[in-house]
Amino acid sequence: MTTAPAIEIHALAKHYGKVEALRGLDLRIPQGSLAGLVGLNGAGKTTTLRLLLGLARPSAGHASIFGLPCHSESDSVQIRRRTAALPEQKALFPYMTIAQVLQFTRGFYPHWRDALAQRLLDDFELDPKRKPCSLSKGQLTKLHLVLCLARGADLLLLDEPTDGLDPVATEIALQAMVSLVAESGATILLCSHRLNEIEQVADHLCFIHKGRALLDESLDDLKARARRLVLVFDHPNPAAEAALARHGRFRRDGRSVSLTLFSQNDEVEAEARSLGAVSVQSTPLNLHDLFLEMVKS
Amino acid sequence: MIFSLNPNSGIPIYLQLMEQIRFGVETGALRPGDQLPGIRRLAESVVMNPNTVAKAYRELEHEGLVELRQGSGAFVSTKIDTGELAGRMKKAKPLVKHTVQRLLALGLTEEEVRRLVEAELRGHHAPNPPEPSK
Repeated sequence: MTTAPAIEIHALAKHYGKVEALRGLDLRIPQGSLAGLVGLNGAGKTTTLRLLLGLARPSAGHASIFGLPCHSESDSVQIRRRTAALPEQKALFPYMTIAQVLQFTRGFYPHWRDALAQRLLDDFELDPKRKPCSLSKGQLTKLHLVLCLARGADLLLLDEPTDGLDPVATEIALQAMVSLVAESGATILLCSHRLNEIEQVADHLCFIHKGRALLDESLDDLKARARRLVLVFDHPNPAAEAALARHGRFRRDGRSVSLTLFSQNDEVEAEARSLGAVSVQSTPLNLHDLFLEMVKS
Repeated sequence: MIFSLNPNSGIPIYLQLMEQIRFGVETGALRPGDQLPGIRRLAESVVMNPNTVAKAYRELEHEGLVELRQGSGAFVSTKIDTGELAGRMKKAKPLVKHTVQRLLALGLTEEEVRRLVEAELRGHHAPNPPEPSK
C-alpha cells in the first residue's frame, strides 16, 4: 500500500473554449476519508471528476490518484483497477436482466464483492429478474450504486449518488458508503448538493467555487472555527461596527448585528464587549449556513 | 446505549457523541467496564463516519473516561469513580431545581433561563433578559 493521498490535485486548470471550468484547483484528500465535494452549479465539480477519471485532459496543472498521474496512459489501467465511479449516462444493456447485468459486470473486477452486491440488492428491493429498461429513474440509480459499491474499489467517485432516491434508499446508500470506509478503508469522494447528507457522513470537506477550492479541510475543524456572533448594541455605534466588520461578514438589523467568522473568535467576542455590545451570542454554523455564507462573502 | 445525534446542528458530531457517552456514564446507562459499540458497528448503526467515531473514542480515552484495548475495542474505564460522579450530580440537582423554579416564578421563560445559564457558563455577564413578548 502506498501512503500517497487518495487524491492530489495541484493548480489544475481546464478550459472548454473560452469557458474556464477550473482555474488553479488544489485539493488533497487523504486515504480512508469520506470527503464531501460541494459547490454551486457550474463551480467545476463534475469537471474535476472527469479529469480524475481521465475522461478529459487538463489544460494545465496536475491530478493524481494514489500517487499515479491521472492523464498518464501507462498508469490508467492501474488507476481504473482501483477507482470506481458512477457513470454519467445511466444506460445499461436493455436485453439483460439485473441478475445478468451483475453477472456480466463482476467478471471485470477481481475484487468484486458478491455478498455486498446481494445485500444491497435486497436492501434496495431490486428484483434480479427485472430488466433495467423497466426500472424507474430511482431504481436505476440504485442499480448503478450496487454496481459501483460492490466493485471492491479503493477509491469511489460518486457524483450525486442519491439524486432521485427516496429517504429510505438514501439511508441505505449512505450506510453502505460508511461501511466501505469502515471495513475496507476505502476512500470516497461524494459530490452532492444534499448538504445534510454530506454533513452526516463526511469527515472532510472540499468546497469549490468558480474553479478554485475555497475549503479543503476536516469537517470538524471547519465547524470548530466557523461561528455566527449575534451582537446587540444599546445605541447605534458606527465606529464599533466598522471595527467588527474587519473580522467577517457583517449584517445589521435594528439594534442587532450579526457577524460570521471563519476563525477562532474569542478575541472578537471580547472586542465586541469592549466596544459596548450589551449581548454577545455565539452560535455554531451548520453546513447549509456555511455554504450560503461562503458564497456571499 | 441509544445515541441521538444531530449532524445538522453545527456542533461537530464527535463532540455530540462524546457528550452523550459522558451523559450515559453520569446517568448509569453506561457503567465502568461496559463495552462500547465497535467503531464500525456504531458508524453503520447511526450512519456516521467511522473516523468520527474513532476520534470521539480517542478523545474520551485522553480524558480517562474510556479505555481502548488493542484488538478488543472500547470500554468505559474501570478507574472512574461513578459513585463520586453520581454523588456530585445528586448534590447539584436540588440546587438547580430550586434556582430554576425561582427564575420561572420571576416570569422568565425556559428559553431565557437556558440562555442565562449558558451565558454564565461562558464566563460572561448574562444579557438583560428581553421584555416578555406576550
